[in-house]
Amino acid sequence: MSIKVLIVDDHRLFRSGVRAELGDSVEVVGEAEDVETAVAKIAELAPDVVLLDVHMPGGGGQEVLRRVLGSGSQVRFLALSVSDAAEDVIGVIRGGARGYVTKTISGKELTDAIRRVAEGDAVFSPRLAGFVLDAFASSEAPSIDPELDSLTQREREVLRLIARGYAYKEIAKELFISVKTVETHVSSVLRKLQLSNRHELSRWATARRLV
Amino acid sequence: MADRHKLRDAPPPVAPPPPVEEEAAPYLRLTRPAEGRLVAGVAQGAAEQLGLDPVVVRLAFVLLTVVDGIGLVAYAALWIFTPQRPHVGPEPQRDWSQFTAFGAIGLALLAFGWLTGSAAGGVGLLPIGVGGIGALILWQQAAPDRRKRWMSGVRHNRIRTGLGMVLVIVGAIGFLAAEGELAQARPGLLFTAVVVGGLAMIAAPYLAGLWKELQLERRERIRQEERAEVAAHVHDSVLHTLTLIQRNAHDAREVLRLARSQERELRNWLYQPKQDADATLAAAVRRVAAEEEDAHGVPIEVVCVGDRALDSRLTAMLQAARQAMVNAAKYSEAAVVSVYAEVEPEEVTIFVRDRGKGFDLDAVPEDRMGIRQSIIGRMERNGGSARVRTSPGEGTEIMLTMKLEQP
Repeated sequence: MSIKVLIVDDHRLFRSGVRAELGDSVEVVGEAEDVETAVAKIAELAPDVVLLDVHMPGGGGQEVLRRVLGSGSQVRFLALSVSDAAEDVIGVIRGGARGYVTKTISGKELTDAIRRVAEGDAVFSPRLAGFVLDAFASSEAPSIDPELDSLTQREREVLRLIARGYAYKEIAKELFISVKTVETHVSSVLRKLQLSNRHELSRWATARRLV
Repeated sequence: MADRHKLRDAPPPVAPPPPVEEEAAPYLRLTRPAEGRLVAGVAQGAAEQLGLDPVVVRLAFVLLTVVDGIGLVAYAALWIFTPQRPHVGPEPQRDWSQFTAFGAIGLALLAFGWLTGSAAGGVGLLPIGVGGIGALILWQQAAPDRRKRWMSGVRHNRIRTGLGMVLVIVGAIGFLAAEGELAQARPGLLFTAVVVGGLAMIAAPYLAGLWKELQLERRERIRQEERAEVAAHVHDSVLHTLTLIQRNAHDAREVLRLARSQERELRNWLYQPKQDADATLAAAVRRVAAEEEDAHGVPIEVVCVGDRALDSRLTAMLQAARQAMVNAAKYSEAAVVSVYAEVEPEEVTIFVRDRGKGFDLDAVPEDRMGIRQSIIGRMERNGGSARVRTSPGEGTEIMLTMKLEQP
């Protein structure tokens, strides 16, 4: 059974572009161009994965996340955006998206990312991995919850390889672990990103309006 | 003040009133036009608004000037408080012959007054003059929408208005009483002061409103300047690139290069704080990658973690990294090159990686300078190290490490 995907983006040209790139690898069940339509279509079509743009009229991707996940839905989100700004990337992940890739991604990589998110894993672009490393490294303040507020040595290694442009399979080979273990590490980092109470994360992201 | 400010700046709590209301009463506000003005355009503007011939208004000003100079004061006041009408194009010439004519009339009247000894209206005319000027200021500011806005702020200040009114009335009565004994100037002056005080009280909120208005106009001007800057930037960069792309539409590689370089430029402009491109390692890595990307038409993705100031050793490392990027872009045939730079407390590492065709390191001839000299040699000379991982079909990764001296 193929994965049901909903494309949410306010640019029609971009939506048709993604649709064409994805081809038959997944089943695109619909498109939405703003927050209202997105929320309605997610409820109506029950997609497995929502490809979510960050900047949209009516509050953007974060508003969709807030309304859909707030209502207890289990649908999974993969953020797909042209923005590289740290506050957008961190913001949408903290909002509940399970991954972040930029719009320059190739069709094949996007399909892989969608499959991964559909299976409940996390997807990090090299840039997101870099942001996370930076954000967790730059803290000197005492943490409230050490388990959530710092990365393990292994997680750091995995993120570093992602930042270096390695695919999960290559990381597994490099570290002599299984792909499944790589996925577990990335999911664990995602959980820390989403649950950590560290104020630095958001503050770091806003202070660093860097690409 | 703060409340009033908030009142005005806050968006309307409910739906804004239908625009028809504002359109229904087109009200020409008093402004000073540049066309047809003799001095500052006050008379011209007033005449246009009143539907009178400007000559009538000018004569009125001249006559009032002859009487104790009130016309002059009124003119100056209106000049200050009346905004200039926006004017496009070159400054129109003033009609100096008309100016001379009015000047001559004024002088003639003055001379006549002096000769007959009747010009000095005495102190009695002063209150009328001051009151008149106050009324003029109020009148010229009294565009209905504006009046409404000001009044929204002074709703609770009826006391002040009332008090001002009372003072004006007292002043007027006092003036009439003083009229009987014109010789004694003192009470007249006293009551004039009262009148002025009353007018000032009435006018205070209006003046405050005027001040606010000036501030708003200033802010609007700043906004417009910013918009102009954005427009200029978009024109110089984006539109220019789009033109180039259309012209090079047949050359896919060139189109890609143009689009990438424009994208990068725009991103820098939007997200990057203005910084010296050569001051820090991260900025320098980005710049070098951008240059090589432009030179070879292969996208180079850069991720940086941490940052520190450049020194001579890091500059050498940067040159080695540049050589690695050039190799990857030129020979690997990979679609994209990944660069990752990380600054840690003890060391700096830079990875340059491609998924291209790779090569057999041992088979590289001794005289090929690229890898051995420009990368490995350069790193070792500067106290760092370089490691090359490659094999045919597996892509290439070059890892540069530089230990940092501990202070």
